[in-house]
Amino acid sequence: MTAVAAMPVREFDQPQGGPGPLRLLAGPRRGAPERWEEHCDRLGGPVAELMAHLGPKRMIEVVRRAGLTGRGGGGFPVADKLVAVMSHGPKRVVVANGSETEPAASKDNLLLTIRPHMVLDGLEVVAATVGAEAVALVVPGEPAGRTIARALSERKARGNGYPEVTVVLSSRDFVAGEETAVIRWLDGGPARPRSQPPRPVEKGWKGRPTLVQNVETLAHLGLIARFGADWFRTAGTAAEAGTILVTLSGAFERPGVYEVPLGQPLDIVFSVAAPNPAADSLLMGGYFGSWVRMADLGGVPLSRAGLAPFGATPGAGVMHLLPHGTCGLREAHRIAEWLSGQSAQQCGPCVRGLPSLAGALSVLADPTADQTGVRTMLRRWCAQIEGRGACRHPDGLVNLIRSTIDSFSSELELHAAGRCSGGSISRIPLPSRQSSPR
Amino acid sequence: MSDQFLHVDPILCVGHGLCAEMLPEMIALDDWGFPIISPDPIPRHLSKQSGRARAACPALALRLDRTPDRRAQALHAKNAPHR
Repeated sequence: MTAVAAMPVREFDQPQGGPGPLRLLAGPRRGAPERWEEHCDRLGGPVAELMAHLGPKRMIEVVRRAGLTGRGGGGFPVADKLVAVMSHGPKRVVVANGSETEPAASKDNLLLTIRPHMVLDGLEVVAATVGAEAVALVVPGEPAGRTIARALSERKARGNGYPEVTVVLSSRDFVAGEETAVIRWLDGGPARPRSQPPRPVEKGWKGRPTLVQNVETLAHLGLIARFGADWFRTAGTAAEAGTILVTLSGAFERPGVYEVPLGQPLDIVFSVAAPNPAADSLLMGGYFGSWVRMADLGGVPLSRAGLAPFGATPGAGVMHLLPHGTCGLREAHRIAEWLSGQSAQQCGPCVRGLPSLAGALSVLADPTADQTGVRTMLRRWCAQIEGRGACRHPDGLVNLIRSTIDSFSSELELHAAGRCSGGSISRIPLPSRQSSPR
Repeated sequence: MSDQFLHVDPILCVGHGLCAEMLPEMIALDDWGFPIISPDPIPRHLSKQSGRARAACPALALRLDRTPDRRAQALHAKNAPHR
């Protein structure tokens, strides 16, 4: 512990006009991925030395005091997950999840592409902590895969070859990023979720107790191992510590990935990306998320606690600002059709229910259609479907539909009267359907 | 009350619907014919019937377990008026 405490807390670069001190995205944003030497110059030597000082028990205590939570969307405390996987027997394995199958997200890809060693530091720390016998890193595509492969060979060449990491390209299906889907994919099966229990911490990849962590979470963890829990808590709130990567898309002049401290007021978060002042509806938390009004967000902290009164969560930090003059009902319907098509086709309530939800929403989105009873039907179906899939995919669409009905009530009235406020073409990114090779 | 709870594996279940016929006190069907299971403990007088319903499932998707489905319990409380 003394070795860690003695390490100086560095002054991180201030972004140009940015919202605060950067951690994951400090240093040059563009260009080549950071090399091993640059990484060590900036942050210090190999994390393996720190681990040797700390040992697993104290490492978990540091993570607990830091208050780090998963950045993949679930927000589960990392220390609890570490303890859980260690309580389920020896021969444990670790999976770094960089699948990032949400089309509007690009933060994991950015991190793997420009800061590979920060992710690998964290991976090394958790692998050493749980004593992993096998380690896999799932990447969303190229060039992230090549970047990671080169970073791994750089580490190996410097005699820092632990752990041996298997790098795997993810399937691009939407559900492929879910923990159990990643595990099935690694085991040579289809990238589709399975029923739980057993939970991955009990029985996952290779049938072993498996720790699955998002790659952004790992990058934070690598820094915590270097600079300690107290340093980590210098950003964020008491209940939600640290920074978070957000992906801003839609009606922003400067869309992209930004790093912001948890708890920062949302108007300040957005100001960096220059939102179109006329745009008002923002989809918070990705395609499973909730609509919020920009006008309501002044001073509202970006955190679970701050967004709870709006029925929203930051999720994996994906936010899409609907351009002014775009019909929210039509946009939500496009997303619903897409999510319905992305079902793994395994569970009845999802296979049959999601097309029904999307179909009913198409009626509400069409001002020339008869809308009688459709909202009541949608609410009934949402209540029936929620919680009845093996994974949370159906719950995600249920959440989006409920939020759409609640948030666009004036647009619903317009449609019922045969009119629509929208005219402009949507920019919500929806890739054409790709099926996985298996 | 017995100390047992009903669970359905949603991936195995293909919606035959036999369970809802044999155990309507605990199992309803949704609008597509798939079972909605009560998250409450199985009452003693339905123990035998529950065992038969489980055995009758052609997909082997129905299960009896000592642990409740916490997610289903929470949702049931929230959504009850709609069902």
